[in-house]
Amino acid sequence: MFDVIVTLINIVFTILILMVLAAVLVWAERRILGIWQDRLGPNRVGPGGILQAAADMIKIFFKEDWIPPFAEKFVFVFAPCVVVITMLGAFAIVPFSPGTGVVDLNVGVLFFLAMSALAGYSTILAGWSSNNKYALLGGMRSAAQMISYDVFMGLSLMGVVMLAGSFNLREIVESQSDMWNIFPQFIGFCIFMVAGVAESHRLPFDLPEAEHEIIAGFHTEYSGMKFGLFFVGEYLGVLLISALAVVLFLGGWMGPLLPPFIWFCLKTLVVVLFIILLRAAIPRPRFDQLMAFGWKICLPVALLNLVITGAVGLAIG
Amino acid sequence: MITTLFYIASAIALFCTVMVVTRHHAVHALLYLIVAQLAVALIFFLLGAPFAAALEILVYAGAIMVMFIFVIMMLNLGRDTIEREQQWLPASAWPLPTLLCATLLVLLLFALDSAGNLEAHWVSPKTLGITLFGPYLLAVELASMLLLAGLIGAYHLARPYLRRPDREADQDPQGQPLEVPHD
Repeated sequence: MFDVIVTLINIVFTILILMVLAAVLVWAERRILGIWQDRLGPNRVGPGGILQAAADMIKIFFKEDWIPPFAEKFVFVFAPCVVVITMLGAFAIVPFSPGTGVVDLNVGVLFFLAMSALAGYSTILAGWSSNNKYALLGGMRSAAQMISYDVFMGLSLMGVVMLAGSFNLREIVESQSDMWNIFPQFIGFCIFMVAGVAESHRLPFDLPEAEHEIIAGFHTEYSGMKFGLFFVGEYLGVLLISALAVVLFLGGWMGPLLPPFIWFCLKTLVVVLFIILLRAAIPRPRFDQLMAFGWKICLPVALLNLVITGAVGLAIG
Repeated sequence: MITTLFYIASAIALFCTVMVVTRHHAVHALLYLIVAQLAVALIFFLLGAPFAAALEILVYAGAIMVMFIFVIMMLNLGRDTIEREQQWLPASAWPLPTLLCATLLVLLLFALDSAGNLEAHWVSPKTLGITLFGPYLLAVELASMLLLAGLIGAYHLARPYLRRPDREADQDPQGQPLEVPHD
């Protein structure tokens, strides 16, 4: 019984912290982008503008929550929930430090891949249920992007799994005590980051919602809190990809002097900042370029990385 | 606790599978199918096969069903299709399949009854890998050949698109004349 209560407290705290982080991240992104682009960004509400997230939240709660009469009502309401549920679910397997973390699953890596595959339904169903041609185009782009980038996201992680000899994220972190996985698996890391940004459809891979071509893509018809959920889901995705990159490639909680949890947060913050910088630095490709890049460059490189890792592993024994 | 969860998951799986067969709207049927697969994944997990559970979600619910939904979205089926579907499933079509299913159910219950208690034991990914690439190596290789054949087939079907870069404006990618839409 005591175990159950501890786990429940763990879950509630993880969810609360994540939701707050996702909201603050929206402000952080706008502010940092502003500074990088030589302007101020939102700096009025609270010290340095940090309460902007709260102000936005209040605003979005009071917006009219409109469901178009031509939409598939149930699916339309359900679609934004999918992305938040799956992203929060995937956080269950992230080991924040040796003691904390919701569950210690022996197929952790696969669980993460499964959840990120399911998150794709959110955009697809939103696009379909809106009954609007721009939303449908966004949904179809999202489906194609998800399927292709899922494939080599999984492949890029298999090198790490080979090195650690386990799907368990804790064991993967512990296997990096001598050397972080990013050094032997640098190619795997690059492909994982590309696929991760594509999975959370952030710029430069935000073609499902490319606003200059298809209005707002899959969330064209969404307003109020439902749109807010898509937004929160996107930022949870960024946090998840960063946390996973830290766990799988950057030594997780390991580091000198500071406590493990602080190290984990610092490393995650660096990766998050990197993803935000990507958004400011790289323009959006055309859709066929996106597909060609995925299948003609990333997939062969990921396979090659897998073969070489396997061969080296066999040779060393 | 585990037994209760198992029965809940089984009930959801059965209910959703029945809904898949009886729904007239293709996308709704597919959504029920996805839920059924998630329930089956939970059953695998409870029986001590987390690897199978993860793959069930990753491959079936995550990849193959996305393909299905993608295709059905592209087809843009309207009200006509739903009505046609309703005509295809009249009440007179039900007795024989129901009889067959009931027979299977009775056989399954007999088999379970005579097998005694089924014991779940935890299978780690490593054991599964050793089994797949040990005793079942031939089956794995045969399955991979089948997939390769499918891949080559798909490539062959898509190939004519590459062959006609010199086609006229009123021809489709294979060089066949396009039909003029008349309304």
